[in-house]
Amino acid sequence: MNEMKKAVISVLGTDKKGIIAQVSRILYENDANILDISQTIVSGLFSMILIADIGSEGCSFDNLKTELDALGDRIGVQIRMQRSEIFEAMHQI
Amino acid sequence: MHMINTSEILETLQMIDHQKLDVRTITMGISLFSCVTDDEKKLCDNIYDLITRRAENLVEVGREIEREIGVPIVNKRISVTPAALVTGAIKNPVKVAQALDRAAKTTGVDFIGGYSALVHKAMTEADKRLIESIPEALSTTDFLCSSINVGSTRAGINMDAVKLMGDVVKQTAAATAENGGLGCAKLVVFCNAVEDNPFMAGAFHGPGEGDCAVSVGVSGPGVVKVALEQVKGRPFDEVAETIKRTAFHITRVGQLVAREASRRLDVPFGIVDLSLAPTPAVGDSVAQILEEMGLEICGTHGTTAALALLNDAVKKGGVMASSHVGGLSGAFIPVSEDIGMIHAAERGALSLEKLEAMTCVCSVGLDMIAIPGDTPAETIAAIIADEAAIGMVNNKTTAVRVIPAPGKKVGDSVEFGGLLGYAPIIPVREYSAADFIHRGGRIPAPLHSLRN
Repeated sequence: MNEMKKAVISVLGTDKKGIIAQVSRILYENDANILDISQTIVSGLFSMILIADIGSEGCSFDNLKTELDALGDRIGVQIRMQRSEIFEAMHQI
Repeated sequence: MHMINTSEILETLQMIDHQKLDVRTITMGISLFSCVTDDEKKLCDNIYDLITRRAENLVEVGREIEREIGVPIVNKRISVTPAALVTGAIKNPVKVAQALDRAAKTTGVDFIGGYSALVHKAMTEADKRLIESIPEALSTTDFLCSSINVGSTRAGINMDAVKLMGDVVKQTAAATAENGGLGCAKLVVFCNAVEDNPFMAGAFHGPGEGDCAVSVGVSGPGVVKVALEQVKGRPFDEVAETIKRTAFHITRVGQLVAREASRRLDVPFGIVDLSLAPTPAVGDSVAQILEEMGLEICGTHGTTAALALLNDAVKKGGVMASSHVGGLSGAFIPVSEDIGMIHAAERGALSLEKLEAMTCVCSVGLDMIAIPGDTPAETIAAIIADEAAIGMVNNKTTAVRVIPAPGKKVGDSVEFGGLLGYAPIIPVREYSAADFIHRGGRIPAPLHSLRN
């Protein structure tokens, strides 16, 4: 069992079809496991926070990030991937 | 397993995107003591080789951490043992300055600090040689920073060194005149200098440090300013609490970066410096925090009290967020690097005298202040003496980094570019302190230096 490594993927932008499908396909292809998703649309603005386990052997942070960046550019939304430690550090004592 | 909640994630993203949350610097401190030899060329080679080996991966690791946590790490820097301590047996310390600069370029860091001497009580021959070489050293290098400690609470103020530094500041401005006296932006004169400061221009790796350490300087004035917008008109108790909470968040980022950098570079973690460091960008200003507290403009009456509250609350909030806090830790007030300070100085609201008062309650001193190019060396020395006296008596670090901008007078401004920003020329007193400065000798340590 590999050590759990978590990434937070946040997606912000204009709502359109297939955002979740395309993000989760990339995660699947990169051997990342989705742990939690929350998603809202407020006046046409799509916002999704997705937490994934990226600790498996076949999963490279850099590759996954590069693919997500490319997807964001292609479909015109901001997709960001960060190690969960930044949020844990800031908000948990 | 605790899941981080959405609102916390969005809050952090807001801080990064709109409030300019960043880590100002990862600074690697490197001891040069193992390099010492009386052969000038060998000394330079040893220093270059040691630094480029130790800091080989510093910049890449900084970028890697930045990429993974999504928080900008603005600068990667190196600090070294005060050069005067390792150049005692050679004739020309400028050769070492140039070797340090070459090492900075090879490793790709933004600055290298430690062309320094600690002369708070007296100067060795090596100290004197190094100090006198500063104008040449800073005008023949690009990334080198220099700092001189001329006083301490324990030792008093070395007025011979203060006098000498008045001349050196002038000569450095002249030697870098084509860049507006830029050399002076890389030269700081301290009282009670600290040995583990990661911020430039005053960073050096003190003689009490180990072979190598990484320290982190945080930033984040914009985050504090925005947090205070939520407590408009509320009493100061709430202001202080809000700053403390915000400082905690900011410092945790610094602690995380320091821990990761230490692990990946396999170098011990030194300290997190809790300083609020502004940049010339809009929304990244310490002055604007003070104005958010209710001052029409930074520099008006009330500014010192506002800064005292800010400085203290930042420390109280930050100290629990990090296992080792050190460096300068407090709010910085570099005029040219802070858009609010620049505006206040341009409008005449912020004078040298008010800035001096502010340095009594914040982390450093008269910082990045442009003064008329024809200011006499003795006047600059007297400004240094005043500031050192504040540090000595109040048991705190103070510093002077003034730029007598060649050919400029009050009403002009001088541009340094990048993080160093631009500065309107601030008037200095025209009455002479020359006879005072020419006395030389040492101002005795204050009574409360006898604490044992």
